[in-house]
Amino acid sequence: MFSLISSFQMQFMLLFSRQGKLRLQKWYVPLSDKEKKKITRELVQTVLARKPKMCSFLEWRDLKIVYKRYASLYFCCAIEDQDNELITLEIIHRYVELLDKYFGSVCELDIIFNFEKAYFILDEFLLGGEAQETSKKNVLKAIEQADLLQESFDEQLHSVLTTVTDTL
Amino acid sequence: MPAVSKGDGMRGLAVFISDIRNCKSKEAEIKRINKELANIRSKFKGDKALDGYSKKKYVCKLLFIFLLGHDIDFGHMEAVNLLSSNKYTEKQIGYLFISVLVNSNSELIRLINNAIKNDLSSRNPTFMCLALHCIANVGSREMAEAFASEIPRILVAGDTMDSVKQSAALCLLRLYKTSPDLVLMGEWTSRVVHLLNDQHMGVVTAAISLITCLSQKNPDEFKTCVSLAVSRLSRIVSSASTDLQDYTYYFVPAPWLSCKLLRLLQCYPPPEDGAVKGRLVECLETILNKAQEPPKSKKVQHSNAKNAILFEAISLIIHYDSEPNLLVRACNQLGQFLQHRETNLRYLALESMCTLASSEFSHEAVKTHIETVINALKTERDVSVRQRAADLLYAMCDRSNAKQIVAEMLSYLETADYSIREEMVLKVAILAEKYAVDYSWYVDTILNLIRIAGDYVSEEVWYRVIQIVINRDDVQGYAAKTVFEALQAPACHENMVKVGGYILGEFGNLIAGDPRSSPLVQFNLLHSKFHLCSVPTRALLLSAYIKFINLFPETKATIQEVLRCDSQIRNSDVELQQRAVEYLKLSSIASTDVLATVLEEMPPFPERESSILAKLKKKKGPGAVSVTELEDSKREGGELNGGGDRGPDTASTPSPSADLLGIRSAAPVGAAPASAGSLLVDVFSEAGTTTTLPSSSLFWLLFVCKNNGVLFENQLLQIGIKSEYRQNLGRMYLFYGNKTSVQFASFTTTPQLNVQTKPVEPLVEGGAQIQQVLNIECLTDFSDAPLLNIKFRYGGALQNLTLKLPVTINKFFQPTEMTSSDFFQRWKQLSQPQQEAQKIFKANHSMDTEVLKAKLLGLGTALLDNVDPNPENYVCAGVIQTKGQQVGCLLRLEPNAQAQMYRLTLRCSKDSVSRRLCELLAEQF
Repeated sequence: MFSLISSFQMQFMLLFSRQGKLRLQKWYVPLSDKEKKKITRELVQTVLARKPKMCSFLEWRDLKIVYKRYASLYFCCAIEDQDNELITLEIIHRYVELLDKYFGSVCELDIIFNFEKAYFILDEFLLGGEAQETSKKNVLKAIEQADLLQESFDEQLHSVLTTVTDTL
Repeated sequence: MPAVSKGDGMRGLAVFISDIRNCKSKEAEIKRINKELANIRSKFKGDKALDGYSKKKYVCKLLFIFLLGHDIDFGHMEAVNLLSSNKYTEKQIGYLFISVLVNSNSELIRLINNAIKNDLSSRNPTFMCLALHCIANVGSREMAEAFASEIPRILVAGDTMDSVKQSAALCLLRLYKTSPDLVLMGEWTSRVVHLLNDQHMGVVTAAISLITCLSQKNPDEFKTCVSLAVSRLSRIVSSASTDLQDYTYYFVPAPWLSCKLLRLLQCYPPPEDGAVKGRLVECLETILNKAQEPPKSKKVQHSNAKNAILFEAISLIIHYDSEPNLLVRACNQLGQFLQHRETNLRYLALESMCTLASSEFSHEAVKTHIETVINALKTERDVSVRQRAADLLYAMCDRSNAKQIVAEMLSYLETADYSIREEMVLKVAILAEKYAVDYSWYVDTILNLIRIAGDYVSEEVWYRVIQIVINRDDVQGYAAKTVFEALQAPACHENMVKVGGYILGEFGNLIAGDPRSSPLVQFNLLHSKFHLCSVPTRALLLSAYIKFINLFPETKATIQEVLRCDSQIRNSDVELQQRAVEYLKLSSIASTDVLATVLEEMPPFPERESSILAKLKKKKGPGAVSVTELEDSKREGGELNGGGDRGPDTASTPSPSADLLGIRSAAPVGAAPASAGSLLVDVFSEAGTTTTLPSSSLFWLLFVCKNNGVLFENQLLQIGIKSEYRQNLGRMYLFYGNKTSVQFASFTTTPQLNVQTKPVEPLVEGGAQIQQVLNIECLTDFSDAPLLNIKFRYGGALQNLTLKLPVTINKFFQPTEMTSSDFFQRWKQLSQPQQEAQKIFKANHSMDTEVLKAKLLGLGTALLDNVDPNPENYVCAGVIQTKGQQVGCLLRLEPNAQAQMYRLTLRCSKDSVSRRLCELLAEQF
């Protein structure tokens, strides 16, 4: 079993598909890989078993789970007993908006093929389980600046040259 | 491949991901992955130096494989190399790999820390942010050691970019949570608090999380944040929906920041300054008013954000519990939500009302919603919502509505979800007992419980009904009559047979006058169930039979015949066989007088807290404790009359102190009923916090070398402690004495690690003392003592104290005797520098030999004579027992009477233990 440090913050966030495939995991408390896998397995099962019109919150172990489904993807956060469920629901929504804006009508495939970007965006938005920057503009500005930074490094030339050998 | 491929497309990665997606079977996928892993391994090992781009690509593939759920055991070095790349994307991927796949390999941590150090000092904000994100994601102790002093500087420096400040604040928060001892705010405190005034809303949003956490631990140092938070909140609440530009979310100004501000205020009592308080009340009123305004948007995001703030405001109102007007308004608002079409809102309203129900100002207002809540229990389609409704009914129950609520909960039980039945049963049993005016109603309720949900009636519940029937002679006849009737049912639950057997065995005589329930009829009825029951129940029935022989001599022959038959007297179960043999013998040779004495009616049980209440509390405890509890209740289960390991002699002559029903025994103290039962405290220590009442810390220190005494005392309350430890287990009795002549209401105590969601509300009468037992298990070595939070109402005012429980690592010592040569041999074996901790310090107390010896013995170690060549010195040895391991410890104390100084040296097989013991002991001499 695991006991968690008691202070208000998100414990972890999981993104998984309707088929139960994990698409992104972010842990804000230290847990072993084994525990993470166990939690993920149990939670994915629990959430997928729920019917569409049910409430978005549930008690699970000594945590509260806040989840919402967007198209084929479930976004699921674990928070603590005293935490605010509704604001967590909107954290999820803001993250979806950020992904949507960045990828332009985001779909599950975008997150699969650009998982690293999904992580970068999440890190700009939430850090250590707390909201770092809630302004959509500011988060996207930071990500776009980073994207610009890489393009200035002759990266494109480099990728053209390596494309030939790069296809395995 | 998706159309979007922003920035750098890593073609090889995309191809690989496509391949994986095209795999038709799990086997094919694993094959493809293994091929890729082999390829990457050979590239990493190959002679040709890889360029940064290839490294990045391969590291990224490894990450992807890891995220698919496979283990990755290489590539860390390549990822670390990427950290020092001057290409941003390479660095970024390197950091991502480290964050996701962090490994406590110390060699690497040093390299990672070096790279982070370089990026932090680069003055390039993008690089600085990456480095800070990495620290916040990994948050290891090593990182705290390296950066905890640097980050506060970055956070408050005038020339730091806003985005870097935001990352620095949350990074520091994470480090504070992992290693609070390393994050010293001291000189930075006031500048950090003033970040609440920062122009940049993002900076405020990030900084407030840090400030909230620090305030919880050091409320006094941070208390200036209250007025700043109130004025910030007031500006947000009164702003128009467009004022805050991008920080407005679906027409709601800064919802995240508002919630965090309201949360921060919940760390403090209501502001003392009248102006600040007035402004805050105004804010809360505005928030309540806004809830009544028509929505500015139909989008659910608008109403969610608005209501998130509303619920947080209501939490604050409940926390203050001093504004009747606001409490009642909050209650009315929640009442509206109870019927809202959004399931989420109904759920939250039920949840929030539960806390309102415990406030004296709003309890009545909550009660007016009883019909709606009962309706929710019956009609909600989602079990989590029904659960909330059941919780609320439990919370709003009092003498006036108990019958209605219990009836509704009972009828709900018939169809309730399996997952919540046991808890429902406990709650019904508790309410029935707590609010019983006539005990026949209580008996009916419990028997109904067994009838409806027998499988979910735990032992505590039926022990309790027997305890109460035995203690109240006005209900015994009724109970006997009712169980007799209940047993008539062709199929009745085994728990019913247990209760029936016990009660008829004690009080069957009260209904024996009626020919329909003559002694023989009673016996035949019980015996007709015998063959369907499990061994423990049969054992209980055998005891009931021998009691029948005493009560009704006319049944003697029949019963002896039953006892004598082979299936009893030669039963393969040794307990049943023994009972049959001994009861048979007892009934044949003992005179009537002896029989009457031995089989006398059970004496009343000492009043103590209901064992079922303790059980419910335990159910609500954190997962970490549950295993021990199960073992605990199993052990206690054996103590009942019908249980396994009791000989017939004790079964029939119980001593008044026999702990039959109560789960926790201990001599009852004072006249008041004992409060909270045993809560198992998990001593696993990461959750330790350090704020306690200053006055208690001195008391606390005294407990390092002793187990009993007064832990805390002020004008109102005295808390005494008795404790005992064996190996890695301990039991602590806490005695709470009310020193005043006035009752304490709503008295609750919460050991910090036990999340207790439903407060119990015992009263402590003036001058009375109540008791609590904590069972403690040491899972691993620890440094921070567990905390105990105590709340109660004295007069109108809420008293709230947090005390450190005197549980220190040395309590789990087993003394070890050894010879001089053994001692020095082991001393030498523990020669690694980190295994030793040493302190030289001035004597604070008497250096008298006897005093010192008493303290060292109190420590729990063996004090070894003739070991140290210098007879002035003391050496001790012991083993600390934790659940997971044993830690050997050797101690040497060298007094220097002339200088009034000591040198203390500890060597332990675990370095954290050496350090901790050294700290603890240095304050003892």
